[in-house]
Amino acid sequence: MKPSAHEPHGPRKPQAPQEPHDHREPHTPDEPHTPDEPRHAPHPRPGRRRPGPSGPSGRSGPSGPGSGRHPIPAIEATALQKSYGDVRVLGGVDLRVERGTVFSLLGPNGAGKTTTIRILTTLTGADAGTARVAGHDVVAERSAVRRAISLTGQFAAVDEMQTGEENLRMMARLSGASRAAARSRAAELLERFDLTAAARRPARTYSGGMRRRLDLAAGLVGNPEVIFLDEPTTGLDPRSRQQLWEVVRELSTDGATVFLTTQYLEEADQLADRIAVIDGGRIVAEGTSHDLKSRVAGHRLDLVLSSRAAYERLAARAVLSIPETLTLGVPTDGTAVHVRALLDELDPGRGDVARFSLHTATLDDVFLTLTRTPPRTATSSAVSTESTEEATRV
Amino acid sequence: MSDALTLTGRALRLSRRNVDAVITSLMLPVMLMLIFVYFFGGAIETGTAYVTYVVPGVLLLCAGFGASTTAVTVSEDMKGGIIDRFRSLDIGGLPILTGHAAASTARNLVSTALVLGVAFAIGFRPSASPAGWLAAAGILLAFVIAVSWLSAAIGLLAKTPEAAGGFTFFMMFLPYPSSAFVPIETMPDWLHGFAEHQPVTSVIESLRGLLLGRPVGDSPWIALLWCAGLLAVGLVGASSLFRWRTR
Repeated sequence: MKPSAHEPHGPRKPQAPQEPHDHREPHTPDEPHTPDEPRHAPHPRPGRRRPGPSGPSGRSGPSGPGSGRHPIPAIEATALQKSYGDVRVLGGVDLRVERGTVFSLLGPNGAGKTTTIRILTTLTGADAGTARVAGHDVVAERSAVRRAISLTGQFAAVDEMQTGEENLRMMARLSGASRAAARSRAAELLERFDLTAAARRPARTYSGGMRRRLDLAAGLVGNPEVIFLDEPTTGLDPRSRQQLWEVVRELSTDGATVFLTTQYLEEADQLADRIAVIDGGRIVAEGTSHDLKSRVAGHRLDLVLSSRAAYERLAARAVLSIPETLTLGVPTDGTAVHVRALLDELDPGRGDVARFSLHTATLDDVFLTLTRTPPRTATSSAVSTESTEEATRV
Repeated sequence: MSDALTLTGRALRLSRRNVDAVITSLMLPVMLMLIFVYFFGGAIETGTAYVTYVVPGVLLLCAGFGASTTAVTVSEDMKGGIIDRFRSLDIGGLPILTGHAAASTARNLVSTALVLGVAFAIGFRPSASPAGWLAAAGILLAFVIAVSWLSAAIGLLAKTPEAAGGFTFFMMFLPYPSSAFVPIETMPDWLHGFAEHQPVTSVIESLRGLLLGRPVGDSPWIALLWCAGLLAVGLVGASSLFRWRTR
């Protein structure tokens, strides 16, 4: 085990100071937030650190008040590679996820997120590289890994023609519970996921959000240590998304390790202790949400300028430029204080900016900043150059 | 083993709720029997009452067709995320496929009983000894299990459930070039070779002989050999195709 193996990606930046617009719960005074906090607790949050092994589930083993750091990470992957035919999907992925944390793999479609999850959950073999999950090798100790994890994939893994209750009881039976235990476990999960009223309806009649909750519940019947969620909120409406986020937070509070993939920066920001950005089968950045935010502005202020001269004067500051409409996008943290200051700074004479609008940073913005290449072409060209490179190397 | 039972329960629930499939697999064989007995039966000379001649064929048609729907259900499973979920619970292909094959067998017991019931109502009077009944049931059961597993393999081979559905047609038409509905002697010469030696013929000849209390010769043994062979192909094919599909 390499104790320092989880920080290899990208230039190491000092942790940014607490940003004023951080919309999470405030930090409690007894949880100092300093750049040099121990590495196993990269981003303390109230309610996240459990007091000790006597926590609600008591299943994260070596964790305890005096143990300092966990000797065995929940997930550790080294140089994972995978190709499908000529298409290189993963070009050497390294990951390390500490126990009891939420880790997010952020990236666009086709970046390799699902492949990474499938390798970590033993469903697909890697061409090269090794991975250990819950302390077990995903190839040599496949069964042990499977007993310790759960996977909720992009495709609903529930039977449409069975009721919610039947689905959960079946999953509980398959995880080894007795008939009676399966029944009570199903009832408990239905209650927890707010599905009791719909328990006896076929899953095909569920809304998208309910189905996703049922799917997630089905993954939890066996009390997994490590929970994998592949794009858990893709396609959900904002309210269902909020509910799902709430569930993920609870899981983490209960001591489970959560590994989730997402296309949404905001989702990673909301949920994850650490985030890895994946693009073209490689991790292009890894760190806490703060680490990444210090490199990527959370929002973008789009300015429509009143003259070509003003446009040209300010073009250097912009991360987005549309000359036809004299529009420039400038990074901001999105707070009123910052936007006001920014406008004053960019347009001291109050005549150059005709209109403005504020946008949440998109994944494109993240890539723009992290990869320093235009996002649209970046994704496709990065993949293709990479695969030709690899092809010639082989 | 208990996983296989749980998954059989699942497959049974799923097939019970697939109303279209239930109606099709129950109604179609009955309709075919009525059509053959009343529409064509008068014109076909078999040496006995036509209903007596045709029931074994209809039983087999019904069983083969019913069992072949396994291809569709297996293919449906492969399409969704449920197989990954099962695999992440460390459940292999064998219990999953066993569940489908067992449910298929149970489904076919029901439809066979229905066909027999209707057959009795329209004048089918078998003269089998209890041992004959038992032997006939055993052979039919072996055939259903073999076709179920073969269908599971086809379901894994097919890219879509629609494609898998093609196999049900194949199984529905396989009894026609056999002694199921008309004596083989009435067919053109070039068809005799296939019609006399295809698996369905030996099964039908066994059923007919056993149910009517006639001498059966070695047909039951040939039928069982066929079933064993088909089952072996189905089992090995399904297991290896499952591994291939879930690589």
